[in-house]
Amino acid sequence: MITFMNNSDSEEEPCNERTSLMSAESPPVPSYQDGLQASEAGEAQAHRRRAGGGCNPNNPAGGERSDSGVPVRESTSDNEEEELTLKYGAKHVIMLFVPVTLCMIVVVATIKSVRFYTEKNGQLIYTPFSEDTPSVGQRLLNSVLNTLIMISVIVLMTVFLVLLYKYRCYKFIHGWLILSSLMLLFLFTYIYLGEVLKTYNVAMDYPTLFLVIWNFGAVGMICIHWKGPLQLQQAYLIMISALMALVFIKYLPEWSAWVILGAISIYDLMAVLCPKGPLRMLVETAQERNEPIFPALIYSSAMIWTVGMAKPDTASRGPRQQRWDAAEDGRRNHRSPSHADSQPSETSPGPARPITSVEELEEEERGVKLGLGDFIFYSVLVGKAAATASGDWNTTLACFVAILIGLCLTLLLLAVFKKALPALPISITFGLVFYFSTDNLVRPFMDTLASHQLYI
Amino acid sequence: MGAAVFFGLAGIAFGPALALVLLTVAAEPLRVIVLVAGAFFWLVSLLLASLIWFISVHLSDREDARLQYGLLIFGAAVSVLLQEAFRFAYFKLLKKADEGLALISEDGRSPISLRQMAYVSGLSFGIISGVFSVINILADSIGPGVVGIHGDSPYYFITSAFLTMALVLLHTFWGVIFFDACERRRYWRLGLVVATHLLTSGLTFLNPWYEASLVPIFIITFLMGLWAFITAGGSFRNILKCLSCKQEDDSRVMMYSALQVPLEE
Repeated sequence: MITFMNNSDSEEEPCNERTSLMSAESPPVPSYQDGLQASEAGEAQAHRRRAGGGCNPNNPAGGERSDSGVPVRESTSDNEEEELTLKYGAKHVIMLFVPVTLCMIVVVATIKSVRFYTEKNGQLIYTPFSEDTPSVGQRLLNSVLNTLIMISVIVLMTVFLVLLYKYRCYKFIHGWLILSSLMLLFLFTYIYLGEVLKTYNVAMDYPTLFLVIWNFGAVGMICIHWKGPLQLQQAYLIMISALMALVFIKYLPEWSAWVILGAISIYDLMAVLCPKGPLRMLVETAQERNEPIFPALIYSSAMIWTVGMAKPDTASRGPRQQRWDAAEDGRRNHRSPSHADSQPSETSPGPARPITSVEELEEEERGVKLGLGDFIFYSVLVGKAAATASGDWNTTLACFVAILIGLCLTLLLLAVFKKALPALPISITFGLVFYFSTDNLVRPFMDTLASHQLYI
Repeated sequence: MGAAVFFGLAGIAFGPALALVLLTVAAEPLRVIVLVAGAFFWLVSLLLASLIWFISVHLSDREDARLQYGLLIFGAAVSVLLQEAFRFAYFKLLKKADEGLALISEDGRSPISLRQMAYVSGLSFGIISGVFSVINILADSIGPGVVGIHGDSPYYFITSAFLTMALVLLHTFWGVIFFDACERRRYWRLGLVVATHLLTSGLTFLNPWYEASLVPIFIITFLMGLWAFITAGGSFRNILKCLSCKQEDDSRVMMYSALQVPLEE
């Protein structure tokens, strides 16, 4: 699930105040009226940007309340909102390309080097049917049954989570999340480290191992569930997604994995878009309560920095940040203390902000959020392609490009629709299409060409 | 074979591409997106070409080696034509995107020009084409083995790497020339680009007679490079100016912002 962080209704007021203030300040110099109007429009836009990165663009009240003497601004304001979104859109795409690529690189590198994750060592209890059957039909049936069981488990757990959230059993949810991240950060890391050391035949004594795992895990728990530098938190989220993806790659049987990938993208589509879908209800409930969604489930690319404040007006910034915090989607709750100058306080004074002239150079960069499940399933697809495509790198690369393009398209749709969207369907569809077609069609063609050293 | 061969081949094949990407593309998000989307378009063209080849192979007699070789040539030609067709399709898409970006931008100009997009799209086609041609060879070169032990040429690896480098550069140049030709509707230039692509691909059929294939391909690369340079607006004077590192007098008028109220402490 993928969301923007700048949808909020309560930001109309700062926008209105700013634009109306800006319009009162416009000096009427006839000779460069056009230039000034354009620059005012730009400044109004910039202020809206500064007001917390993108007010609600479907906000006619803001335009109306500004000075009617400059009507051109209102018509351009929508275009500028779009341009703002698109300008930030390209950056957001890259902010998500990088972690997705890193996660996939970790998974593919591990798959290609560590034998353990490609060996068949049993199956999870969620996929009880074995695929070692002689006939194709039986194998297909078994994989479909495995998928049904796996998807129902996932649906049940999601519905359970949503119910817990709805009935405010926060302690239970937190305990559950902490337990699962404990398991990932300690147990799976231990196994992973063990296998990597085995592969490279490096010896490590238990005290060192304990120290390494303990530090890694403890810092990870703190970063993910409490506070930490943003990049460290992002790195940990990438690592646990990669570990989870590796577990899936190892323990899901071949055909089941592909059918599960297909089924889960359909489920993602329904869960996020249908009115009664569990993920949508989760998002809406979080929005209603103005609460952030659990940090252990979402990767956030948010960056906030302040650039050369003429006067560090923390008092004035505080309420706005706090309003932004509270009023946004309710999905982000991690600000790296190193970036934010003032932790938003819960009891903030009213909007007694000074005139925001051009001196206030604070910039807030909005980010996009991507659910960790999306990372995991992208990496499962690429990892499975790397594991099973008969040693062929072309398939892996084709799947990688397909997933990135799917992510790009999803972000484009996000910029258009501005609400939470499922990030799996487009990418997984492209990935699956490219996997099967590259493996079966392109690979023989390229191999035959390469054997004659022909280039196309 | 081994790490030395691997790194050497990778450096030869992708050195220029990596340098170009790091220096010109990596810093700008829009260019990175154009790069990845270009790779996607090339992949789709390859998919279709492979489909056609696959169907033709399955419909034909597998035992006949000459027929299979003929079908391979046919498949390669179809692939080249489809690549150029998809380059045209990508041009159309980028043109529309350029117009869209220009429409919604503040000052009426899009943040990326069509020429930059031409260059990046050519580079993307080149990189993905080169990667798909050579990555399996690179992966094999890490392991043990003797090249050409069954009587093939022992220079297989290094010539593949050089061919890949030429291909990457060629695609970049073709991208620039192609987009410019489409933009100015000089369709004979388009035809020439397609013809040189077919020629280059055809020359690789002369492998392992490397004098006849590598040398002409590099000559073609150099000529295409010159042509792309001139198309992009370069000239001898530009080179001299660039090399002499002279600062140009900035004849633009500096605009000062309006008088500001002094900060009160």
